[in-house]
Amino acid sequence: MIAFQKYTPGSSPEWVGTANFTRVLHDPEFTAAWRNTLTFTLLALLIGFAVPFLLALVLNELRHAKAFFRVVVYLPVMIPPVVSALLWKWFYDPGAGLANEALRFLHLPTSNWSNGADTALVSLVAVATWANMGGTVLIYLAALQSIPGELYEAAELDGASLLQRIRHVTIPQTRFVILMLMLLQIIATMQVFTEPFVITGGGPENATVTVLYLIYKYAFLYNDFGGACALSVMLLVLLGAFSALYLRLTRSGEDDA
Amino acid sequence: MFAAVVVLFAIAFLFPVYWMVTGAMKSPDEVARTPPTLAPKEWHLSGYSDAWELMELPRHLWNTVVQAAGAWLFQLVFCTAAAYALSRLKPAFGKVILGGILATLMVPAQALVVPKYLTVADLPLVHTSLLNDPLAIWLPAVANAFNLYLLKRFFDQLPRDVLEAAEIDGAGKLRTLWSIVLPMSRPVLGVVSIFALVAVWQDFLWPLMVFSDTGKQPISVALVQLSQNIQLTVLIAAMVIASIPMVALFLVFQRHIIAGISAGSTKG
Repeated sequence: MIAFQKYTPGSSPEWVGTANFTRVLHDPEFTAAWRNTLTFTLLALLIGFAVPFLLALVLNELRHAKAFFRVVVYLPVMIPPVVSALLWKWFYDPGAGLANEALRFLHLPTSNWSNGADTALVSLVAVATWANMGGTVLIYLAALQSIPGELYEAAELDGASLLQRIRHVTIPQTRFVILMLMLLQIIATMQVFTEPFVITGGGPENATVTVLYLIYKYAFLYNDFGGACALSVMLLVLLGAFSALYLRLTRSGEDDA
Repeated sequence: MFAAVVVLFAIAFLFPVYWMVTGAMKSPDEVARTPPTLAPKEWHLSGYSDAWELMELPRHLWNTVVQAAGAWLFQLVFCTAAAYALSRLKPAFGKVILGGILATLMVPAQALVVPKYLTVADLPLVHTSLLNDPLAIWLPAVANAFNLYLLKRFFDQLPRDVLEAAEIDGAGKLRTLWSIVLPMSRPVLGVVSIFALVAVWQDFLWPLMVFSDTGKQPISVALVQLSQNIQLTVLIAAMVIASIPMVALFLVFQRHIIAGISAGSTKG
């Protein structure tokens, strides 16, 4: 509703039709925010799928200390997101930060990390992945353990290599879980706010302004609640589509089981 | 080779945490030194005590505890009551109401913060503002469709004959809820409790919007606000302190938490 009104707290709202939408659409930050959010989501999807999946595969092969590694992997999830964001901001410090120290130690060229316009977004994805992958790993692990062992034995008898076994047994057997988690991750990462707000403040040169960050700016810096709501509506429609898809898939998944 | 991969992963997860805990104990010079020292040359605890006093951590921790505990209590009381009503009392239009509640699951929470903020800033009908009031955390927390659904599903599966036996013994609906259903629901109530506490403790955007008054901010907001002009070692120490309650909660209940998450995948 407020998306169609001129709304400033304290004064009575005034109907302005679609003016909020057109104003927001013409904001140069608008394109940047959507581009950043989509890039972030895509990167988080690639890294956030590959790393936890590999990790789950490795942990699944472990004979000892399985319980210990489960705790280790999930530990960052319990650290408040603000703390992990501040922690990585310190690591990314170009001078005495741990990230560049590690590169120097390996004799590699140093990077600007979250302070460089072209590396900032990737740096944030790394933080988000580190902080959130615990849950994903645990779910993949549970899914891997539910794959019947005979399938692997049969594949081995047929002379399948390790990669072939993963390609033809593991991935098809866990396809449903992978799809579920990917959808959930899209919904979660499209609403990213804490990392860019704390680590980069949207900079450098708007390279890390996300849609939710822009909503926050409209509401609390520009005092333009109408614009903020117009943006919220756009985000809502897009995410609502993903949520609907997710619910439909879980429903059909339950029917199969 | 395989072992190396495992160790590498363990380092990737644990080393940042180690770096944080020990970094807070280095002297301000040492923390900024390149190349860095692996362990503090001298162990200073002053970082921790400075953080505790300078950043007014007791007050912010207390704010967080109040907000989390209230949200937990509100959720437990109202979600249980609603779930019990929908599951056992079977009101007219119960299906429609449940459908409506579940539909809110589809709506991503963060995308709605601004309308939520405007609602809280000027509450409909009563026209009071809840800004800077813990009620601003407590009330929206009640509208938790996920917990409600979890509870309702659990209540649905309770054995019918036990409840009927209670009825025959003359227990009213409330009595049945209190002395039969709730004790039997301990596992699910535990899960809901942990979710509720963790959610409030970890949240950042919502408290950032609602608590503009520095004295009422929870720890997450206070950390970010104070991070600009404070010595690095003190900030790091404060970060460690802010993490301790959740990490402790996790270590105590890790079996339940991990089992809960792992079970979630097979049930969807």
